[in-house]
Amino acid sequence: MRHVALTVNGARHEVDVEPRELLVYVLRERLGLTGTNVGCDTSSCGSCTVLVNGESVKSCTMLGVQADGLEITTIEGLARNGSLHPIQQAFHDHHALQCGFCTPGMVLAAASLVDHGQATSKAAIREGLEGNLCRCTGYHNIVEAVAEVAGVTS
Amino acid sequence: MTAVEERTSTLGTSVKRKEDASLLRGLGTYVENLTLPGTVFMAVVRSPYPHARIKSVDVSAAQGAAGVLAAFSGTDLAEDWAGGLPCAWPVTEDIKMPAHYPLATDEARFQGDGVAVVVAESRALVKDAAELVAVEYEELPSVADVEKALEEGASLVHSDLGTNECYVWKLESEGGVDDAIAAADVVVTCQYRQPRLIPNAIEPRGVLAQVGPTDEVTLWSATQVPHILRFALQLVVGIPESKIRVIAPDVGGGFGSKLNVYAEEALAVALAKRLRRPVKWIEERSENYVATIHGRDVVHELTFAATKDGEITAVKSVATCAMGAYLQLVTPGIPLLGAWIYSGPYDIPHYSVTFTGVFTNTTPTDAYRGAGRPEATYVLERTMDALARELGMDPIELRRKNFVKEFPHTMASGLTIDSGNYEASLDALLEHLDLGSIRADQAERRSSKDSKQIGVGFSTYNEMCGLAPSRILGAIRYAVGGWDAATIRFQPLGSVQVVTGTSPHGQSHETTWAQIVASELGVEVDDIEVLHGDTAVSQLGMDTYGSRSLAVGGMALWHASQKVVAKAKAIVAHQLEVSEDDLEFANGTFSVKGSPDRSMDIKAVAFQAHAAHNLPDGMEPGLEETATYDPANFSWPGGAHAAVVEVDTETGDARLVRYVAVDDVGNAVNPQIVDGQVHGGITQGIAAALYEEGAYDEAGNLLTTNMLTYLVPSAAELPSYETDRTETAADNPLGVKGVGETGTIASAPAVVNAVVDALSHLGVTDVGLPATPERVWRAIEEVAS
Repeated sequence: MRHVALTVNGARHEVDVEPRELLVYVLRERLGLTGTNVGCDTSSCGSCTVLVNGESVKSCTMLGVQADGLEITTIEGLARNGSLHPIQQAFHDHHALQCGFCTPGMVLAAASLVDHGQATSKAAIREGLEGNLCRCTGYHNIVEAVAEVAGVTS
Repeated sequence: MTAVEERTSTLGTSVKRKEDASLLRGLGTYVENLTLPGTVFMAVVRSPYPHARIKSVDVSAAQGAAGVLAAFSGTDLAEDWAGGLPCAWPVTEDIKMPAHYPLATDEARFQGDGVAVVVAESRALVKDAAELVAVEYEELPSVADVEKALEEGASLVHSDLGTNECYVWKLESEGGVDDAIAAADVVVTCQYRQPRLIPNAIEPRGVLAQVGPTDEVTLWSATQVPHILRFALQLVVGIPESKIRVIAPDVGGGFGSKLNVYAEEALAVALAKRLRRPVKWIEERSENYVATIHGRDVVHELTFAATKDGEITAVKSVATCAMGAYLQLVTPGIPLLGAWIYSGPYDIPHYSVTFTGVFTNTTPTDAYRGAGRPEATYVLERTMDALARELGMDPIELRRKNFVKEFPHTMASGLTIDSGNYEASLDALLEHLDLGSIRADQAERRSSKDSKQIGVGFSTYNEMCGLAPSRILGAIRYAVGGWDAATIRFQPLGSVQVVTGTSPHGQSHETTWAQIVASELGVEVDDIEVLHGDTAVSQLGMDTYGSRSLAVGGMALWHASQKVVAKAKAIVAHQLEVSEDDLEFANGTFSVKGSPDRSMDIKAVAFQAHAAHNLPDGMEPGLEETATYDPANFSWPGGAHAAVVEVDTETGDARLVRYVAVDDVGNAVNPQIVDGQVHGGITQGIAAALYEEGAYDEAGNLLTTNMLTYLVPSAAELPSYETDRTETAADNPLGVKGVGETGTIASAPAVVNAVVDALSHLGVTDVGLPATPERVWRAIEEVAS
């Protein structure tokens, strides 16, 4: 076991983790933050996307021990004072989720894309979300939602 | 403004989803998020061979490993089963039905067939221990291709059956299709291979089973079918259904892949019973690729006969359909779901369909979005274009000429389409498409010999969904009924619980069912809670698949609403001392005709019904009604789709540029949600057309074993869609039809027709599925040489 200190959604946590333990399982099983989903075992689907020091990262590609000292935002930390983050609100308004399983990762990836000024067109949004798979929506409404927040129309 | 403002019904409006509040915040209740005190974890040891004799299974090392509670071979658990995993659709009297138990005992018959199971204290420990199970195999000959499996001397998947042929099923109209073909001016015959598709719901399957001291079972499962699963579990584990509670919590997509009764569901219950600990199993993605059913894998030959001016006189389909190594819940019946629509939206008088089901050493096939209808529509719509080429006719005009134009219409296949207007959908499609400018661009690129060519492809379709009239299901040997149920329960203070027998996993029933009830009862959508997916709450139901939920479950809800209004009306008439005939009900209020000040709100009636101080003699207290509804017919959506594709003739890369869909799904309860279903459906058909192929080698080793090698498309591969609707009301009080599968059924042939159209000036007439760069490039090279 290794001792790790990390800040998740603004709260500091100290946990003992196995060296082989993936960050996603530290979040889910040690910290009880089950909003971060696991959809594959090849880092393909992006369901487990979180923000690590503000950058979108698939949390199955990091070990828990690598998160020592880092700041992490999960889907549970995105809404503030009961209000949805603009990306969450836009997903609701545009019906950009159906089963909801990819949604936490998709929302965080989209938030990162917008924050970094990379959502400059619908085509750029599509490229930017390439690492996040959704099987329900066909992405159409996801792109509409992100475009609205980014203020792009084409 | 009048005192009573006209209340606007929410039916037909895009009410925002109730489901989102939790899902957007990461508060979904997917099985993986659920853990009970004392939960232990299960792992299944699977055969690495497509076909092998199991000579021995040694679980002793696993049993001795850290944290392990138990490890069993298939033989160890043989006495735990009351029966095998059920197949509910023996499509013919003489169908071959191999035994199929949750773990294999004598032979493993596909790569991924479970041979042993291990239970340990944690997910990590159980994975470690599973690797210690030593299985001695003797490899056996195997076959993965349906046509090779039928050849003389092919190795047998089940040697005791003496054949790989599972069944032969035929449907033929009276009057001899072969005579019509022989007499025709023009005959076109085409062959098609539709590869395996791996459903890839983004949530893999998962199970959590708890068994109490007197064998009362609670099973949480990522399933589309909690009611069917409860029923089937009794057959497999031998515990009476009355003791079994199945809960489908939030389920992360299904697309048919969770319409089943799986080995792991039975194993988790059996092990929870043995160990008296809650047993949890979460499927990994690469495990999902072998352990969860696949779709498609069908080889077709389709023949059209036509007059020289393009009137189609006969359609004949002969198809060889992969079952995989075993029959899962409805494996043999999947082709039948398309069997009646090989004439599609066209009026074709002579009709013949033959399916041969074939065992191969592969993962079992079963329902994948569209289930049988994409297979039929693909070969039909591709062959429409082939016939148009043969006749030198515009493919749009050929379609238009042959459309069914009057409804109801009884097809040569024997079923009756209640409603539709295929021309209206096609007209609307052409209006959106601006075909003239596409053809001009195409002509320009052809004349300049541009390396990037464009093509446009069409698909006009109908489909039968809304499964289904129970009598018809019985007639085609499906084991259970196709009705559904709903309960509407007013609480004393006027809020409403709706209990539905449907089991959504992305389809938004919590929102749309509330819209239907709000509209019928005159209460607010926010006053209504929709309860589903727990057999202790929803005792009656047949679950969600086959685009049935609205057309069957939604109709049950409508009927329950009418019963609630009828009872409430009787109470109001009694209390206001008027005849029921003197009452009218609108916007949630009963009022005496001509005396609007004498009225009662339905919420007040609910309180009176519960107080029961002053009810008509003999009336039972409470305001709660249940209705079951068995549809008289299938549901018949239809429409017209077009794809515009750009093909790089140097690399073979085909990219979808535009996709336009005009669907007639009857009245839309919530247009935004309908559009979402269409978007998702279209995408799975586009994926089948251009990207996805579950590939096996000749022996049955799966080559596409995960999301790295099986290309589930991302946003980057796809354009935004252009969708519209034409609406012809279905023959039911809500006028609604199914929508969940329409896009998948319609889109694949439109896309491939577009690829072929882009290359038609080069002489290309066919590209295999999926139209990958290699296949497109080879198709170009073939005609060039």
